[in-house]
Amino acid sequence: MSDPKDQTPGVAPHDAPSSEDAKDASRRDFLTKLGVGSLLVAGAGTGLFTYEYFSPNVLFEAPPIVKAGKPDQFPAGSVTLDPASGIYLINSAKGFYALSAVCTHLGCLTAWKPELDVIACPCHGSRFNREGIKVAGPAPQPLPRLKVWLAEDGFLMVDRSTTLKAEEFVKV
Amino acid sequence: MATLIKAEFERIRNSEVWRTIFRSGAGSSNLHRSQAVQQNVFLHLFSVKIRSRALEFSPTWYLGALTLSTFLVLIATGILLMFYYHPSVPEAYNDMKDLQFVVASGVFLRNLHRWAAHAMVFLVFAHMFKVFYRGAYRPPRQFNWVIGIFLLLATLLLSYTGYLLPWDQLAYWAVTVGSNIAKAVPVMGKHIRFLMLGGNEVNANALLRFYVLHCVILPLAALLLVAVHFWRIRKDGGLYVPETKS
Repeated sequence: MSDPKDQTPGVAPHDAPSSEDAKDASRRDFLTKLGVGSLLVAGAGTGLFTYEYFSPNVLFEAPPIVKAGKPDQFPAGSVTLDPASGIYLINSAKGFYALSAVCTHLGCLTAWKPELDVIACPCHGSRFNREGIKVAGPAPQPLPRLKVWLAEDGFLMVDRSTTLKAEEFVKV
Repeated sequence: MATLIKAEFERIRNSEVWRTIFRSGAGSSNLHRSQAVQQNVFLHLFSVKIRSRALEFSPTWYLGALTLSTFLVLIATGILLMFYYHPSVPEAYNDMKDLQFVVASGVFLRNLHRWAAHAMVFLVFAHMFKVFYRGAYRPPRQFNWVIGIFLLLATLLLSYTGYLLPWDQLAYWAVTVGSNIAKAVPVMGKHIRFLMLGGNEVNANALLRFYVLHCVILPLAALLLVAVHFWRIRKDGGLYVPETKS
């Protein structure tokens, strides 16, 4: 077969198929890459769709702004927990302020212990004073202070989504 | 009488219907016995022959088999519990109470499910300690150890998701704490918690998600992994049996 004498003039030599093989291989290579590439794109798309599908767009959760009550409901020096909204309203000498009642450790609802003058978490034993500063336990942060204001109808309002960097008091 | 029963069995085993189901036939030669195992979709996961020493108590303490037994008990009791349980906020707790006080045998099934769940977690750890301290994870069984790690994860996730379903105070706060631990993951923590709970708080969405995970996704994953785990025992040369010192 490889004998040169067998070759008729004008017909490509037998070496030629090797270059054609190379062409075939590159076509196969291209299609493989195209196939793998489109599978990757489809996979990424599926991942994105799955993530979007599992992230709810509408939530039926409690609104962040809470009507805490009339100022005269809170005696001077009192710390009042509203378990439904998870906030403390404190009537201090400087004025009203609010703390989140959700422990900064792992999210349990804390409770006010008037006999000990501390806010205590039942889950892992964190304790805070009435300013929200941690006095014991694993909590990494103080209880956040929440924005409080007096509405026109005379109710104290608390915004649970707005934490305050500095101390603020509402005088009534 | 005994010969009569035996003859009747032989007749059934040689009948056409039987032979369409069990193709290996009625013989008791080694070949027939091997084929009986190989041609059965469930049995073919296992070896045709094992060392008799592997069936003794000391090499395994039967911990793997006991774990499987608790898992099967959990599937059976879990499916039965599903007939009375609605994964919704107003009903979940009451359904759990109904199972305990109203449904016939409900308290038995619920407690069996609970104790089997505790036993399974204990047995999984015992099994892993046994495998680890006897060095049974070493080549050629490394990959089966890895499958085992995923089975441990599946077991713990099943345990955790099932914990929420009674929808009592213990369940609620345990999942609050657990989901906040997930939130501690760097960068993606908040997203993971949001996806886990289907919201920002432990509520109706979280209950439903945990229910689907507990009753469908995780058991199927565990079952698949169990099948691979058993099949790998055969592929890795059978159960690890240490040399006995004579």
